[in-house]
Amino acid sequence: MKMFRFKKLNKLGAVIAAAAIGIMSVPMAAQASAIDHRSYTYIYDYWEDVQDCPDVYDVYGVFTSTELQLDTKLSSPSGLFVYGDQIYLVDTGNNRILVLEKDDELGLKVVRTIDSIKYAPGPSTFNGPTDVAVSDDGNIFIADKNNNRILKVDQNLNYIMEFGLPDDSSLPKDAVFFPNKLVVDTAERVYCIADNINKGLLKYEADGTFSGFVGATKAAYDWYDYLFKRFATQEQLDRMQNDVPTEYDNIYMDYEGFIYACTGKVEPDDLDAGTVDAVRRLNLLGNDILVRNSDIPVYGDLYWGSAGGYSGPSYFSDVTAMDNDIFVCLDRNRGRLFGYDDQGRMVFAFGGNGNMDGYFRRPIAIEHLGYDLLVLDATDCSITYFVLTEFGQDIYAAIDLFDDGEYEASGEAWHRVLAQDGNYDLAYIGIGRSLLRQEQYKEAMKYFELKYDDDNYSKAFKQYRKEWVQSHLFITIFVLLLVLMIPLSIDKYKDMQVEIATSDVFRFPDPEDNMTRAEIKEYHKKLRQEAKEREKAKKEARKNSRF
Amino acid sequence: MAEIKIANNNILSSIGGWFKNTFNAKYWDSLKFSLYCLTHPLDGFWDLTHEKRGTYAAANTILFLTCFVRIMQLKYTSFLFIRVYWEELNIFLYIASIVFPLGLFVVGNWATTTLFDGKGRLGQVYIGVCYGLTPYPLVQVPLMVISNMVTNDEAEFYTVLSALSLVWCALLIIAGMGQIHEFSGGKNILFMIFSLFAVLVMIFLLLMFFSMITQGIAYFYSLYREFMFRM
Repeated sequence: MKMFRFKKLNKLGAVIAAAAIGIMSVPMAAQASAIDHRSYTYIYDYWEDVQDCPDVYDVYGVFTSTELQLDTKLSSPSGLFVYGDQIYLVDTGNNRILVLEKDDELGLKVVRTIDSIKYAPGPSTFNGPTDVAVSDDGNIFIADKNNNRILKVDQNLNYIMEFGLPDDSSLPKDAVFFPNKLVVDTAERVYCIADNINKGLLKYEADGTFSGFVGATKAAYDWYDYLFKRFATQEQLDRMQNDVPTEYDNIYMDYEGFIYACTGKVEPDDLDAGTVDAVRRLNLLGNDILVRNSDIPVYGDLYWGSAGGYSGPSYFSDVTAMDNDIFVCLDRNRGRLFGYDDQGRMVFAFGGNGNMDGYFRRPIAIEHLGYDLLVLDATDCSITYFVLTEFGQDIYAAIDLFDDGEYEASGEAWHRVLAQDGNYDLAYIGIGRSLLRQEQYKEAMKYFELKYDDDNYSKAFKQYRKEWVQSHLFITIFVLLLVLMIPLSIDKYKDMQVEIATSDVFRFPDPEDNMTRAEIKEYHKKLRQEAKEREKAKKEARKNSRF
Repeated sequence: MAEIKIANNNILSSIGGWFKNTFNAKYWDSLKFSLYCLTHPLDGFWDLTHEKRGTYAAANTILFLTCFVRIMQLKYTSFLFIRVYWEELNIFLYIASIVFPLGLFVVGNWATTTLFDGKGRLGQVYIGVCYGLTPYPLVQVPLMVISNMVTNDEAEFYTVLSALSLVWCALLIIAGMGQIHEFSGGKNILFMIFSLFAVLVMIFLLLMFFSMITQGIAYFYSLYREFMFRM
């Protein structure tokens, strides 16, 4: 179906017309500065306009080495992992892993420091660890990058096994294994991103055997490339670098066992054209199953102009997914967090580059503890702890209640959201969906129409139409019959008109004759008699002509 | 014996009669003739100019109706098909974006055909193009109603019918131009393409003209400022 969005179409028409009519000079220039002030939190509405929004998350605290009461200060930390209520923080520069827990007094406190392991065949300390993951059984997996290994140890730090460079013929012989990011599934299979390997995620079985690459991004490739390659020289082919699949930057395994993978190494043009994705949700086969039902693309900021020294698209350096299927992407470029729901619709965007609480200098990892968010800043060496505001709680409650099937309560929660922010698109759609489930189709349609949700609108309208037809059965049939009959009866109508216009009944005596009623009657009688005779004569004539 | 009259009982012709009294007979006939052109493009457009069946008034009416329907669509077509960013909608620019390309085409067509034995005059080309637009309001008004009765799944009906109305318009205009200029089929198509090129050239010239004018005014204005500053 072709959809007209008049924002763009209208602009085109306007430009042609304005240019030609010649009113170019004055009004065009004055419009550019619509987005001057931006609140901390914002969303994009249907028209891709920035809409200021009440804060969804508040800073609960920023935890640096001082707040965590560390003797050795954090040094370029790079990984976060939440296991239960424990936060694993990979302090890369100090070759250690800190385990933090929530504390009433301090906010966060260090409960454990992991800097060496027992019974290892290789070095017992780490060398530039970059990531950590803990399986359901409590075994700790550590990407010990500069030791070229992934370690698996138990909670008491006893060495269990390690994963090294896979023995795979597709890898170059001189390849060195630099595991960078990893996740572990419930069966203790390890998925890992390694530097300079762009064939996808390395997948290891629980027993350590390498079982292949998963979820490689498809190389951008079109007929032009194909033609070019047919006729290109070897030198030209060697220079073509950009059609290799992009490496992922980070991965996260959600509660269902699907892997969220994000990357910032994308060409802006490809992102704009939709040929590459900034974030994906991979199933076991490595296929992308992220739902993108929104008109707003899932790649963070829509406007990439240079502002404050930062330009280009958002660079997603990490992603985390909560239990309500909201996933939050971390933009390293502008220091922002982008939350999307299970349909790929934007829930919030907030943050920025700076030194204040809630702003970042080089955000590198994001995790969630319940519905709280933790962001790790590599330059600041700090963890920023975000908690939901009242507004955010209402949004999440509405989503949770809907998932639980409590549609009426969900609608009420969305109404509370709407009371706080009338420009929050998801609230309208949420109320609409709740009304749809309560079979109040007409009201639901109104809410969907307000925010141009055509799919849901059509669902509601279909039901509404059905109800209407059922309750107006006779009218419907009558109208349908009428529509069918009119074309059929047009010819008949024309014939009738001719007949009427030439009929004897409408031949009146001249008023000037001043006839009485009886005389007129007599006159009509005479006419009828004449007509009958004419008919008779006609019949006779026909009879005669036959013979 | 009294003279016998035949009463006029035809409803259509009585409405016609009302129109005849309200406007004039020629106008009403020429407007009705556009309906004939819908289904008989070759015959109709030949008579349009050669038998002087078309009038400027009727052509203006059709153009007005087209613009009017376009504007009504913004509001009354279902949002499934047309979504309007009201904040940036300028109704005059919107009308201009219909009328102006049409005007350019008329001038461009006349300018190219008149050099190559085209029989049509500028006014006749205008009337022809406007009469060619007749299917648009005629099809789009019922479609506007239908659009509010369909869901996403049935949207194709609307899209196809809507596209057909445009194709119909295009065919009528092409046929009309051929008849008005007394061109053969191939020559007619060729000059339609030439006309489009002419439109592009005119847009280019207009853009250049206005940017030059702007620059010129800016130059003299700055000269004036400088002069006043030094006085």
